[in-house]
Order: sequence, then C-alpha cells, then structure tokens
Amino acid sequence: MELLIRGGTLVDPAQGLHGRFDLLVRDGVVAKVAETITPAGEKVLEAAGKTILPGLVDLHTHLREPGFEEKETVESACRAAAVGGFTGITAMPNTNPVMDDGRTVEYVRLQSGRAGLVRVWPVGAVSKELTGRELAEIGLMHRSGIRAVTDDGRGVSCARLLKNALLYCRQFDLPLFEHCEDEALAAGGQVHDGVAALRLGLPGLPASAETVMLARDLLLAAETGGRLHIMHVSTARAVEMIRQAKDDGVRVTAEVTPHHLLLTEDAVLGFNTFAKVKPPLRAAADVQALRRGLLDGTIDAIATDHAPHTEAEKAGDFLSAPFGIAGLETAFPLLYTHLVRTGIMSLGLLVEKMARSPAAILGIPHGSLEPGFAADLVLVDTEREWTIDRRRFLSKGKNTPFHGWQVTGLPVLTMVAGKVVWKAGSEK
Amino acid sequence: MEGRHFLGTYGLSAGEIGALLELAEYYCRVNNDPASLPLGVLRGKMVANLFFEPSTRTRLSFARAAANLGGEVVELEAKTSSVVKGESVLETAMTLQAMGVDALVVRHAAAGVPAFLARSLSVPVINAGDGAHEHPTQALLDLLTIRQEFGRLEGLTALLLGDIRHSRVARSNLYAMRTCGLRVRFCGPPTLVPEEMTDLGAELAPDVDGALREADVVYVLRIQHERQQAGMLPSLAEYRSLYGIDARRQSLLSDKAVIMHPGPINIGVELTAEAYASARSRVLRQVNNGVAVRMAVLHHLLSRPQD
Repeated sequence: MELLIRGGTLVDPAQGLHGRFDLLVRDGVVAKVAETITPAGEKVLEAAGKTILPGLVDLHTHLREPGFEEKETVESACRAAAVGGFTGITAMPNTNPVMDDGRTVEYVRLQSGRAGLVRVWPVGAVSKELTGRELAEIGLMHRSGIRAVTDDGRGVSCARLLKNALLYCRQFDLPLFEHCEDEALAAGGQVHDGVAALRLGLPGLPASAETVMLARDLLLAAETGGRLHIMHVSTARAVEMIRQAKDDGVRVTAEVTPHHLLLTEDAVLGFNTFAKVKPPLRAAADVQALRRGLLDGTIDAIATDHAPHTEAEKAGDFLSAPFGIAGLETAFPLLYTHLVRTGIMSLGLLVEKMARSPAAILGIPHGSLEPGFAADLVLVDTEREWTIDRRRFLSKGKNTPFHGWQVTGLPVLTMVAGKVVWKAGSEK
Repeated sequence: MEGRHFLGTYGLSAGEIGALLELAEYYCRVNNDPASLPLGVLRGKMVANLFFEPSTRTRLSFARAAANLGGEVVELEAKTSSVVKGESVLETAMTLQAMGVDALVVRHAAAGVPAFLARSLSVPVINAGDGAHEHPTQALLDLLTIRQEFGRLEGLTALLLGDIRHSRVARSNLYAMRTCGLRVRFCGPPTLVPEEMTDLGAELAPDVDGALREADVVYVLRIQHERQQAGMLPSLAEYRSLYGIDARRQSLLSDKAVIMHPGPINIGVELTAEAYASARSRVLRQVNNGVAVRMAVLHHLLSRPQD
C-alpha cells in the first residue's frame, strides 16, 4: 500500500529540510523523500500550498481516564490531539485508579487502540497511589509500555524516594518527569505570588516553590546519573538553574507550556478561573526568560500540560475551581502565530521543540519524516486566519484562557502511520 | 463603578468616591435626628444580608442602614465551612434573587465570591468583605471619618500598621486613599507586609517609630492568632512589643494625629486599652459613620431610575 504526498512544503528540522519535497509512504512508513517523485500508480495526496510537518508529540497530556471520564476520555483526548496536529500524546498517571501498575497501563493502551486515532504513550507513577512513599512497580509498567515516570500533580516531596527512583529508573533508561513544587512553600497558593495576587487578595505561589525543589532535584540527578525531566518550567530562575546544570553535565531536560510562553499573571485579574493553572502564570520577566531558554536550548521541548476540566468545575468561584488549561487544540496555532510569524523563532525550531525533541525525551523513533520513520505527519495551512472558540473544541475540556484569540495557521490533515485520522471539514 | 454592583474601591474615581461621601455626610446629619427615621428611600425594597463568615458590626451596620432608609432586611444565617463550595453559594444567592430581594450584601472568606455572584445575578451585589481582596464600604467609612477630622483628604499621610498581607481593609483603603490624594504607608513585620505592595501605590515604612511621627492617621489592623500558627509571627506578645500602640508610641504622634481601627480589636495586642480609649481614638466615630456610608451605597445602587 503506497501513498504519494505531493507538492507540499516540508519542514523537518531533524533532516535539515525546509522546502518543496514529495514524500512516498509505504505500509505506514516514510519510504522516500525527494524534490520530485514521479507517481507510479500509487494513491496521491495533493499537498500544494500546504506545509508538511512531522506529527507533533506531546510530553504532557492528562487523559483523565480511568476515573474522571466526565473531564476527558482517552478517545476525546485523542480526537483533540489529532485536530491540534499531534500524532502522539502521553497519558499522565494521576487517574483513578492511579496508573501505578501494569494493569492500568494496559487499560489505557487498550482504550487508545480502540480509539484508533493518535499514538498514546503511558507515563507511570513514581510512587504507589502518588503518595510519595513507596516506589510504584516501575519495571512491570515498563514491560507494559510506559515511556517515563512521574507523580505529576505534585512533586516527589521525599528526597530519598526521588533519589531511589532516579537510580532505579536507570536500568530501564526511563526519564523521571518532575513537577517541581515545594508543598510547604506552595501551601494554599492560588496564583503567582506577585502583584496580581496582592490585588485579588489571593494566596500566592512563590517562584521559590518551583526553584527550591528544582535545586534539590538537580543535585540528586547529578549524584545518581539518572535522567531528570523538568515539567512546565515557569520561572526565570529555574531556566538559569537548568542552563547551569546542563553546562555541568547533569542529564536533565525541560519543557515549557504554550500558556507560560504567552501569558502573564495579569490573565487572572477579574478572578478568571480559565487562567488558574499550576505552576501559575508568572511575571513578564519570566515569560521573556522562558522564551530565551527555549531559543538557546536550555528548554528542550514544548508540552501542552493539557488539563481538561468540566464546565461546572471552572464555573465555580476562584478558590473552588481546579487548576488547569486544556491545550491540545490551541498549542500549535498559538505558537505559530505568536512566536513564528512574529519572527521570534523559525518554524523549524518550533517543530523541533514540538516533535523530534519530545520524541527523543521519550526515547521513541518519531518526530521526523526521515525514511524509515513512521508516516506520522500533519499538513498545515499556514495562511489560514481563524478565531479560537472554546465551544468548538473536541476535547471535553473547554477550559482555555485563549478563547477569542485571533490566530493564523491551521492543521488541516493529520496522519498516523500513513492513515488519515483527521481532516479539516470532516468534524461532526 | 462596576455597573450595578459595588465590589471594590479599585478603579473607583475620585468623583465617584466624593459623591458617595457627600451622600454619606448628608445621612450622618439625618441619623442624628432619629425622629426623621425611617426615610422612604428604600420603601418596598428588601436587602438580604448573606454572610458566610461571622461578622457582627458589618452585618448590623448594613441592617441598620437599610432600616433607616425604610427598607426591609432579611438575614441569612449561612453556615460557615472551611471548604468553600462555589455552587452552593450561587444556589443560595439565586434563591434569594428569585424570592425578589433587591440587593445582596455578601461576605465570604474566599476572595472573589462577590465578583463570582455578580457575574450570575441581575440584582446588585455589595461586597461586605471577601477574603483578603476588598472591603469597600469599610474604606469609605474610613475616608469619611478622616475627612470629618481634617476637613480634607488631599495631602494627608495615613500609616497602616500590622497584617497588611491578609487584610482586605488595607487593600480597599490603599486604593481609595491613593485616589483621594493621601500618602499611604504600610508598616509591620516583613512576613505580613509584601514588598510588591509598592507596585499598587503604597510606601513601605521600615521604622515604626519614625513612621508614627509623620502620620496624620494611624490605622491599626487586627492581628490574628492564626499568624502565629502559620509561622509568620513568633507570638502576640512579641508583636505587641515591636508594633503595638502603647503609651510610649502614642507620645510620638503629632498633636493632630488620630488612631483608627476597623474592629474587632484585640485589646492589649495591637492597641492598649488606654490607646483605644484615648482622645485620639476615632474607633466609635468609624462605627457611627459606617451606617451612613452604607445608607449612601444602598441609596446609590437601589434608588436609581430603572434602565
């Protein structure tokens, strides 16, 4: 079974390609990339006027299933991912039951197979029940297919357990994804501990809640030689610390979310629950530092931290509303509009941060369209102007602070292993 | 002002504040002549007191204000709960609105609840204190008290002393005072006085004794025992010694300076009994003005022509 994708502009930083290329797909795998491939009877997909990118890979996705199906299911998240140009997402373990054993991992894989849309890479818990006391069955979960471990939702507060987890994961070469938040410093905090918090009279989440735990984690990663990945970096100081640790040879990687790259603490003014997120939206200087960190390689990847919640939950008053932003359907258009079209970064660099780099962190052969790689790709209409409308999300979580934003650039076709899983205009 | 609601002093103009103070001044005079009460301004109208946090003076003050204007007051004894459930608060408010109340006076321990209710209700919501966010009628009654004392607001220096971090009174006063041309200084233990308050227009005064000498208004805030448990203060005794207004600190004040406090007072902690009872104390004047200010706010929100 062959498919020729013809006439598009291919942007694949992993191959150093940016220009007009044809792609031949055979049995779901990229067989050939060349300036011109003459059709020889195979099916042809005309891509003229479109930009072809390797399918985006999300390092940080909350699928909510099992246990919180009113917020999201594996299927609804996969659908949202396909719309957003993602061909693979992770499954965070803070479900009910917690994904801390092989059976829950198998269940999520079964559900993603049933959905039959994008790839799902489960991420197992570090500790049983996420309680931070005993190690979860990391080896058995690894056998069932996890690609990383995390206690996300919270950090691993016990330093000794973190040290043991970093050591233990070495035998599987699994990265440990850390949510850096010192619970004593963060206690009760609602928004960034800055001027907006003072204005609203809300307890603050200080930058030190992130950096205090990060400092400890970097020391333990250095001591153990384990692979540490810092999730949703949000402060300028954290960027500096990670930069220094990388210079020192620590095996650390880092991600940043679209909302931390685009919004400041002011987004919460008026008690806007859609901007209530952990870590909190910070000061303008932090946003600038995060962007610099992304450009200079300190921050390896962009991850959505897609955290869907129900309308009722986010419609409550500010203190009762849960933390989180649904991000799968807006990540690429927002960043393409605000970072690429404004000249802050090239499309190639954005694709590297959203495709090959996250795939490398997960240790999987994706995020590029080099021959031999799976034909996971997305066609983007880079000139299409549209308005973000949360009511039209396919995710069950419609919680976004970006409702009404004007963006340019729309994923119009998403393909996984050579099979079209979403095409613009095909939604119900 | 934010349409039909009264949620905070942030963003109020000097003109809006001035108009409310004028009206309140008028009601002060009316209240001194009990024979003229009740007035008919709120005849046929019902004001609901919806307090999710214990309060005596603010609740009674609003009740008295509504009664003086000829309105009816319904008191809702809301159970206080440490876990705030936004939905049930909204449900309660919607029920009251459906019964035909004309305004809701809301106090809640969580910042943002009055604003949250205001988004969903068509009747006016008056913020009677929400968490550490705002307590706008308190700030107005404080300004009225200061203006009566000095005959003006512009150019005066107010020193707010104590737990600024957790104080809605400090915030509402900061915004209203700055708008009316006062210099506002904050002083207290660094754990309770966030430095970023300078971005909102306050000055920080590191030395309490020096700051007292320069102040026209010494505004003392309540110190709560919980701050000790939260690790922000070693003890109330230490606070009294470092920041409490006692005879010695009172002697530092200029002749015309007055002492104010939003109540309830921890006598012997932030203020000695002598300071509270001294000729400088305007605490009871504040309480008295509270009724007039709340009459002005109710009048302003409820007696406007239908739009």
